[in-house]
Amino acid sequence: MRHTLSVHVENKPGVLMRITGLFVRRGFNIESLAVGPTERPDVSRVTMRVDCSQHSLEQIEKQMHKLVNVLRVSELGPDEAIERELLLVKVTAPPERRAELMSLGDVFQARVIDLGPDALIFEVVGTPEELESFEELVRPHGIKELVRTGRIGLGRASAKPDAGRRLALIR
Amino acid sequence: MKMLGADAILRSLEAEGVDVVFGIPGGAILPTYDAFARGTTVRHVLARHEQGAGHMAQGYARASGRVGVAIATSGPGATNLVTPIADAWMDSTPLVCITGQVRSSLIGTDAFQECDITGITIPVVKHSWLVQDVDEIPEVMKAAFHIASTGRCGPVLIDIPRDVQEAEIDFVYPDTVDLPGWKPPRRGHPRQIREAARRISQAERPVLYVGGGTINADACEELKELAEFGRLPVITTLMGKGAFPETHDLFTGWPGMHGPKWSNWAMNKADLLVACGARFDDRVTGKLSGFAPGASVVHLDIDAAEIGKLRNADVPVVGPLKQILRDLGSELRRLSESGTPAPYAGWVEQILEWRDEFPLRYATAGELVKPQAVMEALQAATAGRDDVIWTTGVGQHQMWAMQYLLCNEPRTFITSGGLGTMGYGVPAAIGAKAARPDATVVCIDGDGCFQMTGSELATSVLENLPIVVVLINNAYLGMVHQWQNLFYDDRLSQVHLTHAIPDYAKLAEAYGALGITVDDRADVDDAIEEALGAGRTAVIDFRVDPQEQCYPMIPAGAAALELIEYEEGAENENVRAF
Repeated sequence: MRHTLSVHVENKPGVLMRITGLFVRRGFNIESLAVGPTERPDVSRVTMRVDCSQHSLEQIEKQMHKLVNVLRVSELGPDEAIERELLLVKVTAPPERRAELMSLGDVFQARVIDLGPDALIFEVVGTPEELESFEELVRPHGIKELVRTGRIGLGRASAKPDAGRRLALIR
Repeated sequence: MKMLGADAILRSLEAEGVDVVFGIPGGAILPTYDAFARGTTVRHVLARHEQGAGHMAQGYARASGRVGVAIATSGPGATNLVTPIADAWMDSTPLVCITGQVRSSLIGTDAFQECDITGITIPVVKHSWLVQDVDEIPEVMKAAFHIASTGRCGPVLIDIPRDVQEAEIDFVYPDTVDLPGWKPPRRGHPRQIREAARRISQAERPVLYVGGGTINADACEELKELAEFGRLPVITTLMGKGAFPETHDLFTGWPGMHGPKWSNWAMNKADLLVACGARFDDRVTGKLSGFAPGASVVHLDIDAAEIGKLRNADVPVVGPLKQILRDLGSELRRLSESGTPAPYAGWVEQILEWRDEFPLRYATAGELVKPQAVMEALQAATAGRDDVIWTTGVGQHQMWAMQYLLCNEPRTFITSGGLGTMGYGVPAAIGAKAARPDATVVCIDGDGCFQMTGSELATSVLENLPIVVVLINNAYLGMVHQWQNLFYDDRLSQVHLTHAIPDYAKLAEAYGALGITVDDRADVDDAIEEALGAGRTAVIDFRVDPQEQCYPMIPAGAAALELIEYEEGAENENVRAF
């Protein structure tokens, strides 16, 4: 089963290696990983998507809590959090196909951020599922290159402060 | 106060109350060794190999309960520390390792003796630092000792580039640590403790399953009070050996692969296991699905990640064992005052019956010295003494030591349990002697193990840290021999070491120690008496029966009750009177 984890970490050297090392040691694949600054300059947020059982998830969450630089680990449940991802895709676009592609892009609110003689680059922000739909739609046109940031997320504003389910810790 | 980074390292060690460190100098750590030469209250024990230094620091920590400190240079010095670090990680031994690193400007350039030791050790440390600024030294040192010794104990590593050691600092040692991400649990939850007590009071066949965490938590007194009040049988793991007096009538032996049959029966026929600082290791459980199938589990541990890792815990309690066991005892008392009956009156008697029915056995036929007989002689020679600390290597001799040497005090049996590091025994003994100069420290070692770290005899002799090495020399890598014999149709592959090469007594003499060779049963007692009374480092080379195997044995992957036993009925049979 897939889970999105949001991990607050101290902004210190090696912290990403310590976290990802825990997953590697147990043979779990990290499907996506996004690291970036937060509202506090000394804290970064790691958002990761992993495929593992609930039991494994609890075990790895507890192991992560033992890391000195990890401040908080929470799971972003699908109903309790907003998740977004950014996609850049370079699509084959000879002049006669441009209009069709751009109207396709409009549906997804994709922006054309670069245009060449026979290709263009779309920028799309959306849920990972929306990005996948967009990707499938432009694929027949010929995808030259594609990159995604990996998902990031926040607990919903309507949820209680610090939303995002704090994984059950046995204390 | 202005000083160099190197001096700040030593002032920090002094501030932490460190009296002994173990290490070997080298290029990148030279400034720190120069600070030793300038003067410090910290004694430095010069090892012969960094692995030895690391195990000495572990032996020191395990014997004293304080943090062990090992120092090495960059590159190979640091990588030689990896085994002790991994060992300390597995066995939760508080250890601070300080390594020199190449100059900051050279890091990442493949410089001479450069190695990314913080990277290499990430999976086996609680935390590590590459110190990039001399001003970080005091707070990093403070944090290192704090992290190593709080929560679940374990190793930390501080890597300090040479130029940082040489830079000037205005030294002030902090009183407190600022570690927002390090908050070990401080109390076990009262409701969970009440529930644990209720389960114990209602169990018919409870067993306290006690691991090394109980010793680390300094909770052995609380354990004893709880066990005695509740008349609860106590099984201690290899790491927990000594946490409960082994001559006590509630003592129920040791579990797992080479535990006595009666201990494993008690464990596996229990209806309630109360795990105290134990982690359901595969050497204890055998096949997990077949382990203690009828038991519910109360799991007490400082480390939340151990709860439910391998065996589901019906009642988890996370926190310091000293408090948890004390509160659990009070709660049991309260329950008994309110009239809740203790229905398991016959259980302890049942276990004692099994104990009498299934003693440890070995055949005494033949001419050769039997390893078990050496253990019995050692036990007899030291019975009643409270100043003996045992260390061991890893293998058959370690298991015989577990079975035959009775420890009544914590911190008197120091062994490599989790990682199973051959060569642990000799350096650990030296470290234990440094921690407890009043103690008689005896290393039970195998011939294979001894050859891995035996060069530390020089350290023992020259640093005046005398130990007695009891070498169970069976001419083989004995445990591998046993597995090849039992599970590979006796096809012996690369296990023969020979009895006589090297000549261990001569080797001991070459190191300035006393060397004794024993190949006659009649000489066993005299040799032990001579070595224990020698007042200096001694090695007794017991050339024992190479064919002797360690029983009982639960084959790897088998359930605990499917054990292989010594075949009874040999004419001359020694039955171990417990």
